Amino acid sequence: MKPSAKGLCISATVAILAMASIVTYVAAQSAEPKEKVIKITAKRFDYTPGKLTLKKGEPVILEFTTLDVLMGFNLPDFQLRADIVPDKVTRVRFVPDKTGTFTFLCDIFCGTKHEEMNGTITVVD
Amino acid sequence: MANEINRREFLKLTGLGGVGVVFASALPGMASAAAQDDFYFVQLSDTHWGFEGPPNPDAKGTLKKAVVSVNNLEYQPDFVVFTGDLTHTTDNPIERRKRMSEFKEIVSELKVKAVRFMPGEHDASLDNGKAFKEFFGAANYTFDHKGVHFIALDNVSDPRAMIGDEQLAWLAADLKQQKNDAPIVVLTHRPLFDLAPQWDWATRDGAKAVELLMPYKNVTVFYGHIHQEHHHMTGHIAHHAAKGLMFPLPAPGSQPNRTPLPWNPAEPYKGLGFRGIDAELKDADYKITEYPVVKKA
Repeated sequence: MKPSAKGLCISATVAILAMASIVTYVAAQSAEPKEKVIKITAKRFDYTPGKLTLKKGEPVILEFTTLDVLMGFNLPDFQLRADIVPDKVTRVRFVPDKTGTFTFLCDIFCGTKHEEMNGTITVVD
Repeated sequence: MANEINRREFLKLTGLGGVGVVFASALPGMASAAAQDDFYFVQLSDTHWGFEGPPNPDAKGTLKKAVVSVNNLEYQPDFVVFTGDLTHTTDNPIERRKRMSEFKEIVSELKVKAVRFMPGEHDASLDNGKAFKEFFGAANYTFDHKGVHFIALDNVSDPRAMIGDEQLAWLAADLKQQKNDAPIVVLTHRPLFDLAPQWDWATRDGAKAVELLMPYKNVTVFYGHIHQEHHHMTGHIAHHAAKGLMFPLPAPGSQPNRTPLPWNPAEPYKGLGFRGIDAELKDADYKITEYPVVKKA
């Protein structure tokens, strides 16, 4: 009987710890709502979507992929930039702290219409 | 020397028939250069050979006209420099080389045989400068002319618009050989400062180059890329952008997109041109004279 009792005790302890973890996780989830993820696909020579509207102070994750070559994402007004590398997902956390419409662009030369490869982010209250 | 004095007197006397003259930059502390010869050179930029489209109905004729205009200058310059985007970009490496070959043939008609070339992103960013180097040699180099130290900086062969640590180390080593009052001219394609980052009118690590240049008292930068005349100071360093020879672009940040300005049939070639730069070592300044593609009758 002793080994079984010990086993029960261990199982109970594991279960309690697991429940505590779940509760902690949920609590953490409640305290910090999951940030909105916005997927942006780059290809020569545009971003899809090319126009975003975000709320001031609300953090988002911009999740970039490229369908062809190495691209850049540059949002100069917020000094935010990243390389968008083929076969990888590039995540950029962004908390807009001012309102207005701001241009982002590809800052890695990618071909004939590179100069036209840009988009806008409008930040509203 | 007499030739340059005559040219300067010529500029004063003629007023150049409506072309602009800019008193470009003061070069203090030039006493050591006073005994050296003044000279002048011509800068052409952004010829975009191979471009086709409504912004320039004479895309195949503009460069040729500019070559004729340079050849018809009253006094021939000591040398000519092309500050990048010699050709318009293409994905096709064979077509790229064809354009470079055609460009080279056209500019071989220049009377002046001392011609320096630099790449723009359209020439070099898709193959890291490989084709450019085949046709025109190194993308970054230095040369000295009548007491002025010229540095050609490549900020386009890296498609990220970067000079790169290796070239910056090369620049630092070169500058160490110069006295801090040496007259230095930097030739490059993109602006070394953040002129309009929203339009990619910047060099990502340009500030590092400017920092290296800052201890030198007499530095002037001539560049292209933005297809218009523009003048800017970073501290005591003057930066002068040149007009292009294919289509003009709008003033920095003046509209949402950097689309070419439309061709105006009533004023063909408006906004296009090249410049002469008088290096006046005795008076310690550079004088820029803007020339149109075609001289007005």
